[in-house]
Amino acid sequence: MLLEVRDLHVEFHTRDGVAKAVNGVNYSVAEGETLAVLGESGSGKSVTAQAIMGILDTPPGRISGGEILFKDRDLLKLGADERRTVRGREMAMIFQDALSSLNPVLSVGDQLGEMFVVHRGMSRKDARAKAVELMDRVRIPAARERVGDFPHQFSGGMRQRIMIAMAMALEPSLIIADEPTTALDVTVQAQVMDLLAELQRELDMGLILITHDLGVVADVADKIAVMYAGRIVETSPVHAIYEAPAHPYTKGLLRSIPRLDQKGQELYAIKGLPPNLLHIPPGCAFHPRCPQAREVCRTDVPPLYTVDAERRSACHFWKETLDER
Amino acid sequence: MSADHAGRHGTSAGSVLLSEGREPGPARPHAGGDPILEVRGLAKHYPLTQGILFKKQIGAVKAVDGVDFDLAEGETLGIVGESGCGKSTVAKMLVHLEPPTGGAIRYKGEDVTQLSGRALKAVRRNIQMVFQDPYTSLNPRMTVGDIIGEPYEIHPEVAPRGSRRQKVQDLLDVVGLNPEYINRYPHQFSGGQRQRIGIARGLALNPEIIVADEPVSALDVSVQAQVVNLLDRLQAEFSLSFVFIAHDLSIVRHISDRVGVMYLGRIVEIGTDEEIYDHPTHPYTQALLSAVPVPDPAAREYRERIILHGDVPSPAAIPSGCRFRTRCWKAQERCALEVPLLAVPAALRDVRTPARHDSACHFAEDTRVVPPAGLLETPEPEDAPPPPPRDDGEEGTTP
Repeated sequence: MLLEVRDLHVEFHTRDGVAKAVNGVNYSVAEGETLAVLGESGSGKSVTAQAIMGILDTPPGRISGGEILFKDRDLLKLGADERRTVRGREMAMIFQDALSSLNPVLSVGDQLGEMFVVHRGMSRKDARAKAVELMDRVRIPAARERVGDFPHQFSGGMRQRIMIAMAMALEPSLIIADEPTTALDVTVQAQVMDLLAELQRELDMGLILITHDLGVVADVADKIAVMYAGRIVETSPVHAIYEAPAHPYTKGLLRSIPRLDQKGQELYAIKGLPPNLLHIPPGCAFHPRCPQAREVCRTDVPPLYTVDAERRSACHFWKETLDER
Repeated sequence: MSADHAGRHGTSAGSVLLSEGREPGPARPHAGGDPILEVRGLAKHYPLTQGILFKKQIGAVKAVDGVDFDLAEGETLGIVGESGCGKSTVAKMLVHLEPPTGGAIRYKGEDVTQLSGRALKAVRRNIQMVFQDPYTSLNPRMTVGDIIGEPYEIHPEVAPRGSRRQKVQDLLDVVGLNPEYINRYPHQFSGGQRQRIGIARGLALNPEIIVADEPVSALDVSVQAQVVNLLDRLQAEFSLSFVFIAHDLSIVRHISDRVGVMYLGRIVEIGTDEEIYDHPTHPYTQALLSAVPVPDPAAREYRERIILHGDVPSPAAIPSGCRFRTRCWKAQERCALEVPLLAVPAALRDVRTPARHDSACHFAEDTRVVPPAGLLETPEPEDAPPPPPRDDGEEGTTP
């Protein structure tokens, strides 16, 4: 296994109390595999990714437990210097907002080349040539002429390509893409996702795709982890979960999206709001919004039950959920 | 069907776009009723100037460049398009937040763009807006009661002073918020609740038309459905006409009776939801629909994606002829020379299918890009006659 996250806990110390952003997350990614982490804002999906990358703001954040095994080494036990050699070289991240992630006063060529100067000790001239090569690879037209341009001179889709180029630069074995296409228009989104999938295949990388878009997940993911209130509520291969979800939250999400291929009746809506992380409900965190909640859901935190060899669900009544379509 | 527009169109001020004298045949009114709003040749050009002392105009950003549509009473018209296509500018012009530089907006036959003073004020009361971002569209220093009640300061005839508090509480109840929240501030609410406050404000003056600009795109998926259902319910309850602007094609289909697709300042195709989604004839609509990720992994095998190359051209330098031609795989010489009009294309004039609707393309043809609904909903292999190759061996290595 390329990456294995085991029982990860992250909390934030705020003036109002301790916000438990991640409460025991487990997931794994193999080489060449795409794991989609699905969740709404505040579900802890991005915080988990930041913990893996080692870019969590500490304080106020604190990793209070768990292991992050990357190629069988626990990243949480590494020192800052060792960690830095992993970041960028072996794992890289693509962010949602390319414009604020790129340095506005450095040319794109300088930013791409910097990777090679710092990590590979290349000369500036060689690094510049490498930058052009990378821009070609992510199919930016006229790369040679545009290498000296600044981020604001590119369109949103092109900037996201530059982010991808930067992440790919050192051919890492794991890429974490945090909502990489959310800010883009659908036609551009399709271009960028295609590019990402192609490069992933070529380099046989593991990809963690963090998103809230069930459509994007269905398009590219091999398996999926659904997060709610800092916990994983369901993991499954992608085909199975769309056919028959084993957790009421997943089920609610799937039923609440309108469809492109038919008009449909009134949308199913999950009642209520996502929980406040300062006051996560006792028992199953989803119980106040769950249509099938019972007494036990208010008191006992559901463990990740085994549904079958590849599927897990954190619902006391997963069997019922699965059977009742 | 659209012949009854010919006379009225002749008087329209929107002559910015018409290079040919042919009847452009704009949107037909929906079977639901008479048009309450008629938009003709609507344009917004922002001047580009050069020089400090002696400013001279060197060009124009044509954000909206000749938009035609009708809105029938009680109907929902969805407008979709990518960022920069001008859909939000259209919304702002409809509610008079932005003065048009050309064209006409006729509300019950009266051109709103020519009105001023009291007459304008009376019309504006009937066309209200719901904004996209529930975080920046509510004043953080005002209570919810003051925010929703503010329209009554401008239009005091709607609610006498004494009854306002009660009215605001009724509105809170209508949008599904506790009426006791009247003295709270916006920061005490979640995104979905704030959007409900914005909707309540839009309803305060009992308008006939609501223009909603991306009302759910800032919300989480589970909350989005709640707000969409609320809008659906309110429309029935208050017999509202909706202009629903969004980039999410699935939500637009769900909520709209008719849909217009915008590209670079123009509507390129317009029709009922079935006409647009199941029988798109404009290449841009087809590309747009094919790019939408379908939330069903089984669709991977069925779909053929049309990947558009390049970016949208700048609205300051719109291509000649058809504005989509620079990205279109069907483009020919004719497309660079002749502006295609928004009308039923000649080739489709005699067909009897829903493909017969307004589409601004010289080479329009009916191509289905969204797999039909039933196709994906037969998980049993014996039901589906040609079983798709499920795993191409690629996923065989999944642990």
